[in-house]
Amino acid sequence: MQDLQNSDCILIQGSNMAEAHPVGFQWVMEAKKRGATVIHVDPRFTRTSAVSDLHVPIRAGSDIAFLGALVNHVLSNDLDFREYVVAYTNAANIIDEGFEDTEDLDGLFSGFDAEKGQYDPSTWQYVGAEEAPAAGQRDPAQPAGSAGSHGEQHEAARAETHGSGGAGVTSKGERDETLQHPRCVFQILRRHFARYTPEMVQETCGIAPEQFLQVAEALTSNSGRERTSAICYAVGWTHHSVGAQMIRTAAILQTLLGNIGRPGGGIMALRGHASIQGSTDIPTLFNILPGYLPMPHAAEHQDLESYVEGDSGKAGFWGNMSAYAVSLLKAYWGDAATPENDFCFDYLPRLTGDASTYTTVKSMIEGGCKGYFVVGENPAVGSANGKMQRLGMANLDWLVVRDLQMIESATFWQDGPEIETGELVTEEIGTEVFFLPAASHVEKAGSFTQTQRMLQWRDKAVDPPGDCRSELDFYYELGFRIREKLAGSTDEMDRPVLDLAWDYPKDEHGDVDGQAVLREINGTDAEGHALSAYTELKDDGSTSCGCWIYCGVYADEVNQARRRKPHWEQDWVAAEWGWAWPANRRQLYNRASAAPDGSPWSERKRYITWDEDQGTWVGPDVPDFIPDRSPSYVPPEDAKGPDAIGGQDPFVMQTDGKAWLFAPLGVADGPMPTHYEPPESPVHNPLYSQQNNPSRQKLPDPSNPINPSFSEVFPYVFTTYRLTEHHTAGGMSRTLPYLTELQPEPFCEISPRLARERGLQHGDWATVVTARTAIEVRVLVTDRLRSLRLGDRWVEQVGLPYHWGTSGISRGDSANDLVNVTMDPNVYIQDKVGTCDIQPGRRPRGPALTAYVEEYRQRAGVDPEDPTDGGTDR
Amino acid sequence: MGAGDLIGSWSLLRQLRGRDRLGRGDAAMSARSKSLAPRTVEADKVVDSVCPFCAVGCAQRVFVKDGKVTQIEGNPASPVSRGRLCPKGSASKQLVTSPSRVTKVRYRRPGGTEWEDLELDTAMDMIADRVIKTRKEFWEWEDEEGRRTRRTLGIASLGGATLDNEENYLMKKLYTAMGAIQIENQARI
Repeated sequence: MQDLQNSDCILIQGSNMAEAHPVGFQWVMEAKKRGATVIHVDPRFTRTSAVSDLHVPIRAGSDIAFLGALVNHVLSNDLDFREYVVAYTNAANIIDEGFEDTEDLDGLFSGFDAEKGQYDPSTWQYVGAEEAPAAGQRDPAQPAGSAGSHGEQHEAARAETHGSGGAGVTSKGERDETLQHPRCVFQILRRHFARYTPEMVQETCGIAPEQFLQVAEALTSNSGRERTSAICYAVGWTHHSVGAQMIRTAAILQTLLGNIGRPGGGIMALRGHASIQGSTDIPTLFNILPGYLPMPHAAEHQDLESYVEGDSGKAGFWGNMSAYAVSLLKAYWGDAATPENDFCFDYLPRLTGDASTYTTVKSMIEGGCKGYFVVGENPAVGSANGKMQRLGMANLDWLVVRDLQMIESATFWQDGPEIETGELVTEEIGTEVFFLPAASHVEKAGSFTQTQRMLQWRDKAVDPPGDCRSELDFYYELGFRIREKLAGSTDEMDRPVLDLAWDYPKDEHGDVDGQAVLREINGTDAEGHALSAYTELKDDGSTSCGCWIYCGVYADEVNQARRRKPHWEQDWVAAEWGWAWPANRRQLYNRASAAPDGSPWSERKRYITWDEDQGTWVGPDVPDFIPDRSPSYVPPEDAKGPDAIGGQDPFVMQTDGKAWLFAPLGVADGPMPTHYEPPESPVHNPLYSQQNNPSRQKLPDPSNPINPSFSEVFPYVFTTYRLTEHHTAGGMSRTLPYLTELQPEPFCEISPRLARERGLQHGDWATVVTARTAIEVRVLVTDRLRSLRLGDRWVEQVGLPYHWGTSGISRGDSANDLVNVTMDPNVYIQDKVGTCDIQPGRRPRGPALTAYVEEYRQRAGVDPEDPTDGGTDR
Repeated sequence: MGAGDLIGSWSLLRQLRGRDRLGRGDAAMSARSKSLAPRTVEADKVVDSVCPFCAVGCAQRVFVKDGKVTQIEGNPASPVSRGRLCPKGSASKQLVTSPSRVTKVRYRRPGGTEWEDLELDTAMDMIADRVIKTRKEFWEWEDEEGRRTRRTLGIASLGGATLDNEENYLMKKLYTAMGAIQIENQARI
C-alpha cells in the first residue's frame, strides 16, 4: 500500500478509494504531494475525484473500451517500454495460424461453441509448444479441449483453478524478438485494439477525446525507465460479466508500460473485507484448496498422480505442486495419510462443475441443497438479487446464521420483503433457523490477511459475552461432536471425518489455540519443527503444511504475523511489520525492477538488483526470484520446475516466466479483452454486433428475469456502490449509532437532467424499478452524476448505495434486490450494472408491489418462458 | 475567584498571551476540562488488534478496563495506517459494545412465527445431528456418468471474508472431510 507514494501517476478506476479505503488513500495523497498526477475515472464525482488532478466521468461497465483505447494509444504511438516488453513478456511469441480475432469474427474469437457458450482455446496456443499436451486436455477445468471429451457445461471457475500461476504452458514456444512477425502477440494485440480509438471511446464511454488524451499523456509520460505509474481498482471492475477481462486490460496496459514489479508501479486491488484476501488464500471457496491448489475434478483427478500430473512438468514454482498437495493431505489427515493409501487423496470430494454461491442458491430453490451455514455474511442484503437468496433460504431444512447482530438473513421468515408482498408466508416456511451469536474481532485471537497479502495477528482483549463464540470454537466443537456421534462407524463415507487430524490444544480459557492452527497452516517437518519456507516442502509425506504459500509465517517457531516493529524504526518497505506471503515478500515480481542484466532500470526506481560480487539479488525487499540465480543463466532444454526459470524471466509463477499480454490458456472468455455491453444496456455495442460477453454465465430462474436491452421501459443505467460510513450489507454498520447518524437512510444520486426528465425532486422519494423488483429511496439531485453524451444520444445513470435492509437502527430497501445475476465465466461474479426505470414517489406496498413489477415486465416484453434472455444473442 | 483572575482566565487572553496561539490546546481549556483525563490512561491493558472492516488492515489499539473495552484507537506504529482510522474503524468500539448485539442463542422452529430460547449446548448438538442427517441424505459416491465424486450436495456454507485465517482453515478442513463442496464466501460476491 505504502508503495503508492513512489508513483509518478496514479489512475484510480473502478474504485472510490478516498471513501471506500480512506486510510489507504493517504498514500495516494503522499504521492500527489511529491508531484504525482492523480486521475479518477468513475461514473460519479466523489471525494476521490475532488482531490484528483483529473476526473473523467465514464458510463458504468464500459471500462474495457477506455482501457483498450489506452493500449491502442501506446501501441500506435510506439510508447511501450520496448526493452521490458521484449525481455519480460510474451509479446514476441508466435500464435497458432488458426487463430482468428474478434476483428475477423465480429466480436468472437476462434473456437467458440455457440451451443455451449464456451471457447475451445486450441487455436490460441503458442507455435512451437505443440509437442506438449494441451493443458485443456489435461485439465478438465479448462474450457474446450476438454469440453469435447467431458461434455461439461461451465466448468469450475477456470482462471482460479490454476492458482496464482495461471494456466500452464510447457514450452516457451517460438519467438520473434523483432516483434515484426504478423502472428506474434505484439502484432495481434495491435490489430485487436486498432479500432479502440478516442472517437470510439466517446461513443462508448461518453468521454471527450481531449480528456481521453489527457489521461493517455499522463500515463505514458510517467512510465519508462525513470518513472512509474500505478493503477488502483476495486469491485467497480470485479462486479461485471467481463470483470476478469477489465482487470486484464489494466494488466496489459501496465505490462506494456513496464510498470509491473517496480516501485510505484503495479495494480493495486483494493479488497473490501478485513480478511477477504485470507479467505481466498485459505479458501472458503468451492473450486480451490488452500494455496490455490485446485479442488479435484471427477473427470480427471481420481488419484494423486493424475491430480498433480498436469503441473509436475511445468516450469516455475508450480512445478513442485506435488509437494504442496501431499503436505496439505498430511495436514488434513495426519498419520492416516500414507504413501500406501495415496496420502488419503481419495478422501477429497470431487467437482463436476460449478458449485459457486449463486448456482447453489438456485439449487436451494429447486430443493437440491437443504442445509446452510451463513457465517459473518448477510446474503439477503449483500448478494445480487436478494429475492433469489431469500427464496433459497425459505426452502431449506435448516439454516445456521452466525453473526454479531440479528441480520436480515436470519429474519427473512419474519420480516423479509416477500412476507410483505405475500410471496412467502411465515407459517409455511419450513426452514429451522439457528442464530448463534459470534465473537467480535477483539474477543478472539487470530490473523487477518489484508489487501496486500500481509497477515497481521490480533491478540484477544476481552472474553466474548454470553453465548458468543468465535468461529474457531464453533467449527472445532462442531467437528468434535460430529466425530463423536460417528465414532465406531464402519461406513466408508465416514472415514474422512473420523481420520481427520482434529486435535488442537486449548488455552487457559478452554478456547482452541489459534496459534496452534496457524502453526499447522505454516507446516512442520518430520521432527515436528516449524518450517521456514515452502521450498522445504516434500512430496514423500515427511512434511505437513496447511497452506504452502503461508509457509514461513511461523518460521523459527515465532508467530511472524504478530510482529509490530514501528515504521519509524525501519525503511518504508517495513518488512518487520506482520508477514506477507509468499516468503514475506512485499512486492511481487520485483525481479522486473531490474533490467535483464540485473542493473536497475534507473537510480530513481532502484529496488532489487543483481550483486555480481556476492552472486545474489539484493534490495530492501525479499527478491521474488531464486536468490542466487544469475541474470545470465539459461536453463537447459529438459529443466523442470524452478530450474527451468531463466535468469531473465521475472514472472516466476508463470510457467514460461513471462507476463502474458495474450493468454494462450486459462481465460474462459478470450485470450485478449474485448468490450461487450453489460447484460442489460440501453446501448448497442459500438464495436461489434456481438452485444454481450458470449461466454457469460446466465442463471435461468423465474426469480431472475433480465431486462431486455435497448428497452424504453428500462431506459436508464444503474450501478451500486459503498459509502464511507457503512460496510457492505450493513450488519456491522447500520447497527452502530455513530455511523447511522452520519448516513441515516438509502438514497439515489441522479443528474439534474434526469430529475427534470422524470419530475424528481431533491429530498423527495423515488421508486427504482427493474424486472426483479422495485425499491424506494430518497432523491439526491446532483451535478456529481453527469449526463453522458454518446454519439447523438444522452445516457443517464442512477447511483445507488446498497447497504440497507429491514433490520438495524437505520432501515430501508436493499439496492441489491434490483441487481440481476449474470456472471463472469471465469469467476462466477455478478454484473452490478443494469438498466432501470425511476419514477417519483414511494413504491406500492404488499401485493400491489408484485403487480407493479409484473406490469413493467410485460410492458418490456420479458419472456416468461425464458426470462434470462435479454434479447441480445444472435 | 477575583476579577483579575477571572479576566486572566479568559481563554482569548490566554490564547494571545500564551504559547497556544491557535487556541487548540491549553488556551481552550476550562478549569473543568483541565481536570479531565482521557479514559485511555485509565486502561488496565492495551491490546494490539486490527480493524475488522475493509482490507487496508489498519492497526488498532484496544483499551481495556475491568474486562471491558473502553476505547479503540489507531496505532501510530503501523507502516500502512500510521495511526489513522476512518469513520467505521473509529466507531468499532460500538461494534463490540453495541446494546443490540445478540448474546444468546435464538431458535426458530419450522413454521414458527417467533424466536425461542435454546441452550448453546443443545443447539450445538442439534446442528451436529442435522449435519450428519443431511450429509447422508444427499450423499453421492458417483455422478450420473459413473465418475467417483465422494461428496454431499446437501450442505452449503457462505462466509469467511470477515473471519480469521485460522477459522477459514478449520472450516474448509471440516467441510472437505464431510464431502461438502458448496463452500463460498464474499470473495465470490
